[in-house]
Amino acid sequence: MHEVRFHGRGGQGAVTSAELLAHAAIAEGKSAQAFPSFGPERRGAPVIAFARVSDQAIRNRTAIQKPSLVIVLDPSLLRLVKVDQGLQPGGTVVLNTGRDPDAIRKDFGIQARLATVDANHIAREEIGRVITNTTMLGAATAAVAGMVQTQLLIEALDERFGRIAARNIKAFTRAQTETRIVEAV
Amino acid sequence: MEKRIGLEASIAVAEVVGLCDADVISAYPITPQTHIVEHLSEMVADGELQAAFVPVESEHSAMSVCCGTVAAGARTFTATSSQGLALMHEILFIVSALRLPVVMAVANRSLSGPISIWNDHSDVMAERDIGWVQIFAENAQEALDLTIWGFRLAEDQRVSLPVAVNFDGFILTHTIEPVLMPDRESVQAFLPAFEPLMRLDVDQPITMGPVGIPDIYTEAKKAHQEVLTQSYGPIVETLDAFAKSFGRQYLPVETYCADDAEVLLLTMGALGETAMTAVDQRREKGDKIGLVRLRLWRPFPFDDLIRAVGKVPVLGVMDRAISPGGPSPVASEVKATFYQQEQRPKVVEFTVGLGGRDTPLSDFDGMFDTLLAVHRGGEIPKPTIIGLRE
Repeated sequence: MHEVRFHGRGGQGAVTSAELLAHAAIAEGKSAQAFPSFGPERRGAPVIAFARVSDQAIRNRTAIQKPSLVIVLDPSLLRLVKVDQGLQPGGTVVLNTGRDPDAIRKDFGIQARLATVDANHIAREEIGRVITNTTMLGAATAAVAGMVQTQLLIEALDERFGRIAARNIKAFTRAQTETRIVEAV
Repeated sequence: MEKRIGLEASIAVAEVVGLCDADVISAYPITPQTHIVEHLSEMVADGELQAAFVPVESEHSAMSVCCGTVAAGARTFTATSSQGLALMHEILFIVSALRLPVVMAVANRSLSGPISIWNDHSDVMAERDIGWVQIFAENAQEALDLTIWGFRLAEDQRVSLPVAVNFDGFILTHTIEPVLMPDRESVQAFLPAFEPLMRLDVDQPITMGPVGIPDIYTEAKKAHQEVLTQSYGPIVETLDAFAKSFGRQYLPVETYCADDAEVLLLTMGALGETAMTAVDQRREKGDKIGLVRLRLWRPFPFDDLIRAVGKVPVLGVMDRAISPGGPSPVASEVKATFYQQEQRPKVVEFTVGLGGRDTPLSDFDGMFDTLLAVHRGGEIPKPTIIGLRE
């Protein structure tokens, strides 16, 4: 089972990312859950959202304490939140950053497998706004094979975003090719 | 044809209220129920659902509107949570005493104070005696299925009582998961047109809800007690009918791995699913643990519970609410069930998951260990709050 935690700021679409991931997995016939961190949310404040994806039925209603995948939508969160908290052995952290992954590893002490992409840059160029949730989903699919089918995720994006879907899909696919991965220490 | 889609439980419930062709929805938004009525108001505004959406200034008014519209023969739905349910309190008794078949979704949430928007069952437990049929869902599928079924049962003329479908706030209301969404034709085939026992009609005026003087009040209460108790038969019958139509069988009390169990844990609501996973893990280690999942809260299914427990000597009971100064509500009912039975289990009381406190698998392990210790001859511990920070 994939257990995913998204870190973002209120308004950046972390909850939407979790939902899109679940919709794509369900469309593939898998089981999935997507849920926000329960409670009130404020624009700009750090928020988290969760998803589970499994080939078997998911009978678990607990919070995700030990994610296998962490996706960080906003680079500024690295200074505020220990994003690899509880990460399972063998897990992956996917970061939105333009910096060198080894430098990130050194500065923030992240030992885990690390995938990085400059999602701010991609989103600004392709979408015209620095809303990185769809870009980071592209990076996540590049970092973790077999979780969801790219095509089904693109269909989920298409359904959700209507007339701005094309730009989001472009950002998503571009992130897939621009993601850099460094293995765990 | 059913369609397998990913939906939040709240949206799934709103969608099936549409498939049931509700005539009136009256509600006041309250977290974590809000998505249900938000979605219904969109459906009405977009013309997808030909219904009257009556926005009101409070839940007291919402339930009062429901009272009037059902009395006039309109299929009526509302949804609420926590303080909203508490604010409906006095009208809830009137709706059931008047035999008015409202269907209400309750997105279970704790009651203040302290102020909490998070999940437990204290809202519905404070409404134990409202005289409604009260049932619990464990997942989004059950929430939508039991909503469809709720209209069928409520409007059954042998019953003609309001039905509350409980499903856990946030844990279910805010979670997207796969559901099988029935099509309109099969829902309509399952759900006959609403023919009320009596109808408010300006051309044939009647009085509903007059004063119950001492000469009649006791008899009215006896009649209410009887009709709710006797609704058990139609409940089982209509759940069977639901299974025939949709292929999903629900029972007043269900079990999991109970056949050879040495100890059982009783759950109600969404944590039943986590409990199943916890049982699976312990079964792999050879521990003979099973579950009793209480689905029907009112009328209380005494005989089903006795059958489900059988000769198992130790029964843990999980309560999601407390009754300060007294036993927790579900444990109290369970103990009352067995008190006069020759064969009765030792009952161990746990209070779990109050006000959104997460209940991880390790908490279930702790409860199972306690039950197994009692099974090995240990003393029955005093009622325990699980997951307490000390």
